[in-house]
Amino acid sequence: MTWKKLLIPLASVPLILLLAYGFRTDPKAIPSPLVQKSAPDFRLKAFDGGEVSLADLKGKPLVLNFWASWCYPACYEEAPLLEATWKRFKDQGLMMVGVDIQDKEANAREFLQRFGFTFPNAPDPGSKVSIDYGVYGVPETYFIDRLGRIAYKHVGALTPALMEAQVQSLLRGK
Amino acid sequence: MIRRRWRWASVRRATWWLTLGVAFLSWWGAAHVQAATNFDLEDQVREIASELRCVVCQNLSVADSPSDLAKEMRNLVRELVQQGKSREEIQAYFVSRYGEYVLLSPPKRGFNLLVWGLPFLAIAAGGAVVYLVARRWTGQAPADRPVIDPAYAERVQRELKDREQQ
Repeated sequence: MTWKKLLIPLASVPLILLLAYGFRTDPKAIPSPLVQKSAPDFRLKAFDGGEVSLADLKGKPLVLNFWASWCYPACYEEAPLLEATWKRFKDQGLMMVGVDIQDKEANAREFLQRFGFTFPNAPDPGSKVSIDYGVYGVPETYFIDRLGRIAYKHVGALTPALMEAQVQSLLRGK
Repeated sequence: MIRRRWRWASVRRATWWLTLGVAFLSWWGAAHVQAATNFDLEDQVREIASELRCVVCQNLSVADSPSDLAKEMRNLVRELVQQGKSREEIQAYFVSRYGEYVLLSPPKRGFNLLVWGLPFLAIAAGGAVVYLVARRWTGQAPADRPVIDPAYAERVQRELKDREQQ
């Protein structure tokens, strides 16, 4: 008779465990299936008229940042950090490319001017590159190693500490 | 001679009408086929897009979302369909980019089976509980009823029989 009384508490244990697991995970943290895989190739026409492509950057570590002028405040917060990092590490072989998504050209150009970006930036017509990289919001940043693999993906505005750590790790790597 | 000329004229007229008819039919047919393929394409795009999650929305499919990204995703789906890609190939592409999260209904394997199986398991468990409780209630009822005095029961039987005989 006692085992029957235990039945209900026992049956609820797996349910409680399942709920505990569910409530402790962040539903918004969706791991990208692309991390540790080779980065999808892209070829875009930059705002300055040139062309940027992943193939041309092979062998160099790359910080690939997706942004938009309407992405306020996150993109505005990290923009100075992007330019500062580019200036600091470009002589060590670091590359940086900005991809502007779903934007109006005039607004995008204003954004570029406001932060004085000197690394190549390009609009993404049809959001093809964004979808290819599994971008679901801006800003998102991909750290791509010399072998063209995505080493790390960051969602949201970058912090100086995180940027420094990731860039150093890229530069150290093969 | 006159009859023959008339016949020639009629043959020529018939040929002319026939040509016109064929031309019209082929134009109409082509337009119709074009419309049908367009319809099929949009249907296919809608079907595939309705199973993809709009990644910038809350629980909306790519087919239903008015957001820009969903619109671009629909365009991409259309392009892939036009390239002859199958529904599975297109889904696999989106999963390889966004993970299984992009599918509105999780595939029926591994840990996901819990999501598909638990509701039925819960219904079965609930049914079992209802069955057991109901059986206990109905099973207990006769035991609680007072036992009828055999003499009294016998009297009821007798009187009933008497009444039938009257």
